[in-house]
Amino acid sequence: MTNEEKKQLQIAACKVRMGVIESVYAAKAGHPGGSLSAADMFAYLYFKELNIDPADPKNPDRDRFVLSKGHTAPGLYAALTNRGFFPVEDLKTLRQIGSYLQGHPNMNTVPGVDMSTGSLGQGISAACGMALAAKHMGKTCRVYTLLGDGEIEEGEVWEALMFAHHYKLDNLCVIIDNNGLQIDGPTKVVMDSGSIPDKLAAFGFEVAEIDGHSFDQMEAAFARARETKGLPFAIVMHTTKGKGVSYMENQVGWHGKAPNDGEYEQAMGELRAQLAGLEAE
Amino acid sequence: MADVKKIATRESYGNALKELGAAHEDVIVFDADLSNATKTNTFQKAYPDRHFNCGIAEGNMMAVAAGAASMGLVPFASSFAMFAAGRAFEQVRNSIGYPHLNVKIGATHGGISVGEDGASHQCCEDFALMRSIPGMVVMSPADDVETRAMVKAAYEHEGPVYMRFGRSAVPVIHDEANYSFEIGKGEVLRDGADVAVIANGLLVAEALEAADTLAEQGISVRVINMATIKPLDEELVLKAAKECGKIVTAEEHSVIGGLGEAVCAAVAESGVPCKVKRIGVNDEFGHSGPAAALLKQFGLSAEHIAETVKYLMAFSAD
Repeated sequence: MTNEEKKQLQIAACKVRMGVIESVYAAKAGHPGGSLSAADMFAYLYFKELNIDPADPKNPDRDRFVLSKGHTAPGLYAALTNRGFFPVEDLKTLRQIGSYLQGHPNMNTVPGVDMSTGSLGQGISAACGMALAAKHMGKTCRVYTLLGDGEIEEGEVWEALMFAHHYKLDNLCVIIDNNGLQIDGPTKVVMDSGSIPDKLAAFGFEVAEIDGHSFDQMEAAFARARETKGLPFAIVMHTTKGKGVSYMENQVGWHGKAPNDGEYEQAMGELRAQLAGLEAE
Repeated sequence: MADVKKIATRESYGNALKELGAAHEDVIVFDADLSNATKTNTFQKAYPDRHFNCGIAEGNMMAVAAGAASMGLVPFASSFAMFAAGRAFEQVRNSIGYPHLNVKIGATHGGISVGEDGASHQCCEDFALMRSIPGMVVMSPADDVETRAMVKAAYEHEGPVYMRFGRSAVPVIHDEANYSFEIGKGEVLRDGADVAVIANGLLVAEALEAADTLAEQGISVRVINMATIKPLDEELVLKAAKECGKIVTAEEHSVIGGLGEAVCAAVAESGVPCKVKRIGVNDEFGHSGPAAALLKQFGLSAEHIAETVKYLMAFSAD
């Protein structure tokens, strides 16, 4: 990856973060913490990895992305709008009556959303169904799904992982946002899942463990994923919940609440400064 | 009915899937380790590359089917009614119903006639659960001919469909040569003016038998086969309400939330004066035993339908 390419991804990620804050602030509700931890991944997926076209969002041969941790819709929406799927000003209608930007993603209303999600554990199953169907239909498209590390407490996730291995879904890439926090507290306190990479490997996955804020490591992991044949691929990314907004970082309280006026100004100030810094480079 | 052909609707379902698979490449089938019982193995034998076992994981199966449907395939997902509608309810609701994806759920072993397996497997709640999901079509066929036509109609219908089939062999009551099926349309099998019996599944044959017995006693019974529970053929229900003034509903399901309640709601909201009596499982769990004995014990029989018709006859029209 060239430095310029990396800078452009950093700018995209910063704009995703600004979109998250703008939309959640306007909605006075939503989930900023996990949207921000995954913001770099959203940027990488939508600005580099996925074979998609905002002008043709229903192209049958496009790559699919399923946001299994559907509550981080603000991050997905911000990525989609910055990639040109819908007007950026619509972000401020998030969660409002009449808006197509529902609290959790709706595939029938939001351009670029491939699956309706929100009930944890189900998105990865749907992604498995897409990957299986793609293989069956002889399509070369790939399927990506992003899960939370709290979400993997759902038993269905492990049913889906077994399924992915059984059907050798090497066109599937499962990404786990390992930010270590869920609504009720640290994952280790609420329900300790132990070693996530070891468990995924035991379920027959090829696993990459990366820094979820490093585009270089994402690039390497996705390259490995594409090269892996006969096995499904998983990326466990270590992230900081709330990443990019100082007072939200690693604070479980920011899992699912909106900033007030002062907090909004501070967050946007920090992000604007980051963006200005990047653009001045 | 000694020389009437009998076949379980799950058997018919398997045969119908095989026929459908021959005609349509986009039909795929998911099962959850019950292929021999749901009879999707009939399809599997013909089209092994289009049959996918999901193991004992019904929730995952339903959302997998949703994902496959989003790619343009037409998945039929099968398990016992208890697990398809019960265990996997939330996946059906959120991953199939909410996005209105084109998944067909073929649920076998519905109702008390599951028999020996007992209450844990005797699902008498599936109509109620599935009816509550917006946009879901809910159906239960009476015999082999209807099952095969219904499966084809489900394929042609764009959107989610729940079909419930039975474990036990049931008499074939339709003449295939003169039969057509339409989703949402009930069928008057026998005309009558005193009382209308609206039934589905294996209770349809019982209703016909009850109508025969009652005819000998001078009671004229209209028998309506209501294979589609949702959307309900309200026009046919209200016609019966107006013309007969008395309705008995009969289904192999809890009296709560099924065909009976759907008919009651249609009649009550219409303002047509009509007394309705529901036959079904009366808010209790089943237990182990031979299917035929259980059906009698739970009042899901021609005898009980006849008794109930006579009970209603005691009420005057005004």
